Amino acid sequence: MLSRAGTGKTTPMSVAAGKVSDSEKQVSTSALLDVRDLSVSFRDDAGWVQMLNNVAFTVKRGETLGIVGESGCGKSLTALSVMGLLPKRGCRRTGAIVFDGRDLAALGESGMRQIRGRQIGMVFQEPMSALDPVFTVGDQIAETVRTHFPVSQREAKERAVEALASVRIAGPANCATQYPMSLSGGMRQRVMIAMALVCEPKLLIADEPTTALDVTIQAQIMELLLELGQRTGTALLFITHNLGLIAESCERMIAMYAGEVVEDGPVESILQRPLHPYTAGLLESLPGRRAPKSRLSSIPGRVPSAREMPVGCRFGPRCNYAAAACQEPQRLRAVDDRHVRCVRASDLALAGAGV
Amino acid sequence: MTAIAQKPAMVAVPRRSRASRFLRWMRSDIRAVLSIGFLLLLVLVSFAAPVIAPYPPNDQNVSLLLAPPDAQHWLGTDDLSRDVLSRLIYGAPNSLYASFLAVFVAVLLGVPAGLVIGFVGGWFDEVASRFIDALLSFPPIVLAIAVTGALGIGLTNAMLAVGFTFAPFLARLVRAQTLVVKSALYVDASRGFGASTPHIIWRHILPNAIQPVIVQVTLALAVALLAEAALSFLSLGVQPPSASWGGMLARAYNYIEIAPEQMYAPGMAILLTALAFNALGESMRVALDPTMKRR
Repeated sequence: MLSRAGTGKTTPMSVAAGKVSDSEKQVSTSALLDVRDLSVSFRDDAGWVQMLNNVAFTVKRGETLGIVGESGCGKSLTALSVMGLLPKRGCRRTGAIVFDGRDLAALGESGMRQIRGRQIGMVFQEPMSALDPVFTVGDQIAETVRTHFPVSQREAKERAVEALASVRIAGPANCATQYPMSLSGGMRQRVMIAMALVCEPKLLIADEPTTALDVTIQAQIMELLLELGQRTGTALLFITHNLGLIAESCERMIAMYAGEVVEDGPVESILQRPLHPYTAGLLESLPGRRAPKSRLSSIPGRVPSAREMPVGCRFGPRCNYAAAACQEPQRLRAVDDRHVRCVRASDLALAGAGV
Repeated sequence: MTAIAQKPAMVAVPRRSRASRFLRWMRSDIRAVLSIGFLLLLVLVSFAAPVIAPYPPNDQNVSLLLAPPDAQHWLGTDDLSRDVLSRLIYGAPNSLYASFLAVFVAVLLGVPAGLVIGFVGGWFDEVASRFIDALLSFPPIVLAIAVTGALGIGLTNAMLAVGFTFAPFLARLVRAQTLVVKSALYVDASRGFGASTPHIIWRHILPNAIQPVIVQVTLALAVALLAEAALSFLSLGVQPPSASWGGMLARAYNYIEIAPEQMYAPGMAILLTALAFNALGESMRVALDPTMKRR
């Protein structure tokens, strides 16, 4: 395990410490969020185990970036790292997270509090439990406003009602006086979105915002997120395991596997011609792409546990195209308009979405 | 904004004023109304004792020792020929003061301790919880006797001791609740919206953890009342000639063969008050349960 960590790491500390200020100016004009060499390890009884390995990506201003991957690939962990919400104990984070020209990794807890909610909003996966049951939703939104703006209670309440109206809740003033338990899942997720956007953040992280909702509501919520993002110029980091949603909503996407980015590029070209067998497998697994009543396809096996990570390509053991070269650790290489972590990227012809 | 009218899903329910909602709640829970009414009456009696008591509490009429109830003395007279009704009335403030003091001390010590222990967690929780276990192993009355022995005999000292023995119970309860609440997603979500740790503890953890505590507190009031009675019975509480229900019961106990009716008045007062606190606690539990919150 130690040897692998040694080969994979490109001294992330140096990135965090020295080189940031140089590239900052150049970065701040183009990218809103620039995550570089983000690695996260957790400690348990058996020692440190690395959950994220040199994750790197950027989100431009106003852009919608999708992160896709199976459960346990590190998607949510990436989001929590950006928010600085990783547990304090038994957790180690290296690398740089440059947001709007500032390295969040170097900010202290009080600095992060200024960012959270104000600059970066977050919508959680479980709208059923992400709202405090003992306060009305209006109070909770108003509280977020008052955390970041010196406004009166009354003004905060008014802004809460406006925010509820902006997420198309019928009767927002009435809804503001409701307790979360009297709202449906879809309504609660709207409330969460209203809460995340009430301070007009520059970036909204939506961690599987529609997973807990039923399909008809999913479409509405997605539409709402995209529309609000466009109207307010908020960039959207959209985390999902549903490639279909990404196809509909994002401009660029990254596919994550076992704590690594495996493919990174424009959605359209990735869907047409995936370069990484894992991305192709995800595409293949979408229901509805095959003849009716035929067996749904799936990727065999499952995500390896962080302790038993293969030495070579992490996807290798599940890959139909694995070759001798795949026994070596893979690095992200530039191919055409994107980055891919596969040694055979250029000589494989993988099926894309049926065109 | 134009989209507001799209979905008429939620029919507007007119919000009632606080007062009318309170009235509705009263109608729906007669037990709570009775117990609150009784306790309010007690408070009123406590404040108005000099006005409504028929005699001063320590007035003696030596011709009437252990007299049975009659028109002059509705509840009779005690072994020192003092009017029992008057002493009962003058005893009410002492008994209420004793209960509230003990519970106040318990809340003051127990709730913050439980919140901090639960929130910090880790090895601190381990150490602090074992310490609480150790405190819990003290029998309350024995500890109260020890404290009054050290600090001097008197109602305040006795009830401080009782409060001290209640505190670990509350701390343990609050700690357990805090452990549950702090792992709730809305706590993380609140952090994600920029809330500070004290804010999270105060605004999210405390209100969500406090409901069983409020119930416990009302029940503890009843236990404290009984503890006061027990300590006064052991003459460690209210000192003669001041009146208290426990003390009255203790005196009456000595003459149980001659004048058994002497025990009824203070006994019933203790019983009814303890019952009222308990009933109130039960009603609070139902009323405060967020999953049972009615509109």
